[in-house]
Amino acid sequence: MSGKKLGIIATKGTLDWAYPPFILASTAAALGYETQIFFTFYGLQLVRKDLNLKVSPLGNPGMPMPMAMDKWFPVLGTALPGMEAVMTSMMKAKMKSKGVASIEELRELCIEAEVKMVGCQMTVDLFDFTQDNFIDGLEYGGAATFFEFAGETDVCLYI
Amino acid sequence: MADFDQELDASGLNCPLPILRAKKTLAGMDTGQVLRIVATDPGSVKDFEAFAKQTGNELMDSGEEGGKFVFRIKKA
Repeated sequence: MSGKKLGIIATKGTLDWAYPPFILASTAAALGYETQIFFTFYGLQLVRKDLNLKVSPLGNPGMPMPMAMDKWFPVLGTALPGMEAVMTSMMKAKMKSKGVASIEELRELCIEAEVKMVGCQMTVDLFDFTQDNFIDGLEYGGAATFFEFAGETDVCLYI
Repeated sequence: MADFDQELDASGLNCPLPILRAKKTLAGMDTGQVLRIVATDPGSVKDFEAFAKQTGNELMDSGEEGGKFVFRIKKA
């Protein structure tokens, strides 16, 4: 065991941005890292009980559409009603066909591997969430709570 | 006699699942026992090297068999 520590700040709440924190955290845990993720602002979406993450094609010009969607729907087309749902289901289907785990599965693996998850209490209050909205076992704290752990980490990422 | 104690079929799974499943399977094995892993993710070749280096479990060998990647890891 390396005895190393990894800290991650997760700030994004879309399906595509949900992968990096959960993949890195679960892998680090498997490598023996003590791992903690601090979920703040839109990152809180990743620890909701009812996960309903979507891909946002709007204003995301770097996102390649594996199914050549961009050819059929140029930039303005991504603003059409329903486009987000279409892209989200296409992305999910693509991921499944490539053997990429679902976010639910990766989050469960993180919990199993004892990755500590901390929700930002300030953001919870800001968006009028209640602790009932979030998974059991989520701890709550602020920036100071995170720094207590972050200051001892070997790797610390802002995602 | 088989040259491993347990086998894990991670075919069709992608990063990071093969590593996570291997870690979980190894947790239920005894020191010195050998786990054979079959994977189809090309990234797993480098990943299992890195996994062995960082966890201390010994990567005995790795190779290709019928288009799949095969690893043997001895639990430390």
